[in-house]
Amino acid sequence: MSDTAATLHSGDVHAPDNQRFYVPGDHHPQNATLLGFWLYLMSDCLIFACLFAVHAVVGRSYAAGPSGADLFDLPLVAINTSMLLLSSITYGFAMIGMQKKQVKQVLVWLGITGLFGAAFIGLELYEFAHLIHEGAVPQRSAFLSSFFTLVGTHGLHVTFGLIWLVTLMVQVSRRGLITENRRRLMCLSMFWHFLDVVWIGVFTFVYLMGVLP
Amino acid sequence: MPDSFDLTKLIFGRLTWEAIPLHDPILLATFAAVVLGGGALLVALTYFKAWGYLWREWFTSIDHKKIGIMYVILGLVMLLRGFADAIMMRLHQAMAFGDNTGFLPPHHYDQIFTAHGVIMIFFVAMPLVTGLMNYVVPLQIGARDVAFPFLNNFSFWMTASGAVLVMASLFVGEFARTGWLAYPPLSGILHSPDVGVDYYIWSLQIAGVGTLLSGINLLATIVKMRAPGMALMKMPIFTWTSLCTNVLIVAAFPVLTAVLALLSLDRYVGTNFFTNDFGGNAMMYVNLIWIWGHPEVYILILPLFGVFSEVVSTFSGKRLFGYASMVYATVVITILSYLVWLHHFFTMGSGASVNSFFGITTMIISIPTGAKIFNWLFTMYRGRIRFEVPMLWTMGFMVTFVIGGMTGVLLAVPPADFVLHNSLFLVAHFHNVIIGGVLFGLFAGINYWFPKAFGYKLDDFWGRVSFWFWLVGFWMAFMPLYILGLMGVTRRMSHFQDMSLQIWFQIAAFGAVLIALGIASFLIQLYVSFRRRETLRDHTGDPWDGRTLEWSTSSPPPAYNFAFTPVIHDNDAWSDMKKRGYQRPTEGFRPIHMPKNTWAGIVIAGLSTLIGFALIWHMWPLAVLAGLSLVGVTIFHTFNYKRDYHIEADEVVRTEDLRTRLLASHV
Amino acid sequence: MSAHQDNHDPHGHDDHHDDDGPHSTVKGYTIGFVLSIILTVIPFYLVMAKVFDSSSTTALVILGFAAVQIVVHMIYFLHMNTKVEGGWSMLALIFTLVLVVITLAGSLWVMYHLNHNMMPMIHDMKNMP
Repeated sequence: MSDTAATLHSGDVHAPDNQRFYVPGDHHPQNATLLGFWLYLMSDCLIFACLFAVHAVVGRSYAAGPSGADLFDLPLVAINTSMLLLSSITYGFAMIGMQKKQVKQVLVWLGITGLFGAAFIGLELYEFAHLIHEGAVPQRSAFLSSFFTLVGTHGLHVTFGLIWLVTLMVQVSRRGLITENRRRLMCLSMFWHFLDVVWIGVFTFVYLMGVLP
Repeated sequence: MPDSFDLTKLIFGRLTWEAIPLHDPILLATFAAVVLGGGALLVALTYFKAWGYLWREWFTSIDHKKIGIMYVILGLVMLLRGFADAIMMRLHQAMAFGDNTGFLPPHHYDQIFTAHGVIMIFFVAMPLVTGLMNYVVPLQIGARDVAFPFLNNFSFWMTASGAVLVMASLFVGEFARTGWLAYPPLSGILHSPDVGVDYYIWSLQIAGVGTLLSGINLLATIVKMRAPGMALMKMPIFTWTSLCTNVLIVAAFPVLTAVLALLSLDRYVGTNFFTNDFGGNAMMYVNLIWIWGHPEVYILILPLFGVFSEVVSTFSGKRLFGYASMVYATVVITILSYLVWLHHFFTMGSGASVNSFFGITTMIISIPTGAKIFNWLFTMYRGRIRFEVPMLWTMGFMVTFVIGGMTGVLLAVPPADFVLHNSLFLVAHFHNVIIGGVLFGLFAGINYWFPKAFGYKLDDFWGRVSFWFWLVGFWMAFMPLYILGLMGVTRRMSHFQDMSLQIWFQIAAFGAVLIALGIASFLIQLYVSFRRRETLRDHTGDPWDGRTLEWSTSSPPPAYNFAFTPVIHDNDAWSDMKKRGYQRPTEGFRPIHMPKNTWAGIVIAGLSTLIGFALIWHMWPLAVLAGLSLVGVTIFHTFNYKRDYHIEADEVVRTEDLRTRLLASHV
Repeated sequence: MSAHQDNHDPHGHDDHHDDDGPHSTVKGYTIGFVLSIILTVIPFYLVMAKVFDSSSTTALVILGFAAVQIVVHMIYFLHMNTKVEGGWSMLALIFTLVLVVITLAGSLWVMYHLNHNMMPMIHDMKNMP
């Protein structure tokens, strides 16, 4: 058998030779939060990929109902896109404030980000309400089911992001820019920019391509 | 009185007293057994005042070892339920010929085969595999816990929540009758308007969240928390297979989430993704669900390939042959598993060019697995083999799985598959690889790591008895199915007219009885081992002369795993340390930073169960209320910043001194 | 990409050597913002003004612009590079992208063939109820 028994020759135990096998002091592994959150975002990316795949397959199945060309208000979509893009850059300014350890700057820019995000959601809800009023309901065709689901899922993510943003604003104002809060701000930053990336896919693939004959 | 009637409907949705299946004797008997047995358990726990202990030491624990054990217990309990379904089907099919319609009406039989599949894959295999990875990986990489201990606890309770919903469907309402993948249009609202498919959807969605988070957790753990010196190519092979498995989990489960969400939208909101009209396309469901489904089966098997590698090298007393090629083979399997999914629906009509492509990729993916088998054999060659119980399971796997794999390659040929798709040949094939691969591997792993987890080995005699019953029973139960499949018999049938087929079903039923004895022997093994635990005690922490780091700790390890973080120089780090005269440090201990227990995991998962139940029964106000509470509790939890504590240095000293004395008295 | 030893931290917090994330600058965000605006305006214009006759040309061009803008976002907003998290972030991203391509292309290919073989239609079903 093997030589596993620890002997009581504790004098040998701290010999440099033996210390090759263990860290004699404290050892703290690297913090995994940012990587873990990035991995979560990758999984979220795949959910959206599925929804895009479904839209690619049934996106022209109008069932004799209205098509994208009939329904989409591209100027409104352009405004919405700019709301989201602006919110991305204002979040960026919040992050710069975080780097400079300026709590007030962080809170102000987070607040503005939240306003742009709320404007985005508001406009999107207005758009949905208008479509439903016109009879273009999700149940009308596979195209509309897919449209509402894909755009709606993105909107749901933005909404959760807004709730998270407000929560973080409270937490930063109460505890300041401690390590844990900085990590959370960085995670929300990744989340927010990721949603803008998905939106690029949405406005291109759903709206712009959707009005093409 | 319209007002009060509406109020009842508002609160209870479509839940009425009719949901309780009083007319079904089998269910009634089961319910009585559950009430009596469960009731006795609850009374005993209360009598022994165990609730505080359970809450503090287990339910709120964030210790990966405890969570791993809870996963394994969940999986084993659900194995009993899933097997009960299996034996009912075998017995029924052995007798349901001609005038005899058996004891299960089709309505019930269909739920049984659906539940059997769902439970075995999602609530037996997944928890057992996750439990093993949870327990072993941090120890193998020299870490004190996983990257996100709180999430770990939460993931477990979400899986348990899904299991609770599936079990609830036995007694309140019914389960799906669609088969384990619930294809539309059968699973759509028109053809399955009852609660069964909703139980299916919500139990899988909730458990799926748990699995996905667990995948992220273990992936981050392996990437970030390896001990100094443990480069990727110095990791134990089980850790490598766990890494690839968790990559697959993070990459595949989102697809399942999306597809089930679309199905639930069709059922709840009336969308037209998978309907027959208004532009829907049911084939899209099949396509997407198998994009998830094929990686899923690799998620199940890859960790067990890792187990076999560890077991073979330990019990041959040799370093694993071809470590690098094993790693490459695992990575190749991971990537290729995304390129074969269509072989599950060759017959749906995609045509020759598409079928050929996927047929070829399917055949290619068998090659790396073949390479692994050779590596295991070469490891054994000229080794000093010890035929302990884990090694028996491994050898049973090698024969059984290889044959099952070969029938898979046969099915990979599209023209052959056109004859054999959805026949009993297919059923035999996947049971062959799942039982021969996953289940045998789980028993190997459980026997191998049990002493580490509990401080004593499992009883050898009953382990062998269980193994032989399983091995003989499996072949007896499934060989006939290969024969029946080749003769053209279709799966999921509850009644036959052709009496000449009956003998095969009877042999298969007998095989199932042998498997039942195998399971019983395993339970006896657990009991006998507990009774004999002092004789079977593992005093050194290294009962098998192991090669990897987990064997350097005591059995069971202390909460903090390692008093000092190990430093790695070579593969098979523990063998390396033993060879080079490593001596366990007995002083200089420091306080250790540990995460605290948490109530939030079980509470949030409990709310999820409530939401699921409410959605199933259309109890909208309850669903909304529970949903808002869930968001509220989650936000509340994020306001808790005090999530850790330190184990004082003198407590570490006490624990380590105890071990020093133990080791000294058992030299 | 292996773990490294950390023993210079006396008071038990593991974050001193962690980056506060990649360094953000006003210049970086401004460049990203301006590029994104350009890469958004052009596709909108191409579609709304019906610049190309062919739908497929338009589709390909705007998809190209989308791909470029995604890269711009990745670099300027998400600070993606090969050094973040020891290269694991980039590896995860590339792996995810490969799977996204397989899911999209694979599904399109498979569904096209399935629809063609299993739902053959003499007329265009788009306009049937």
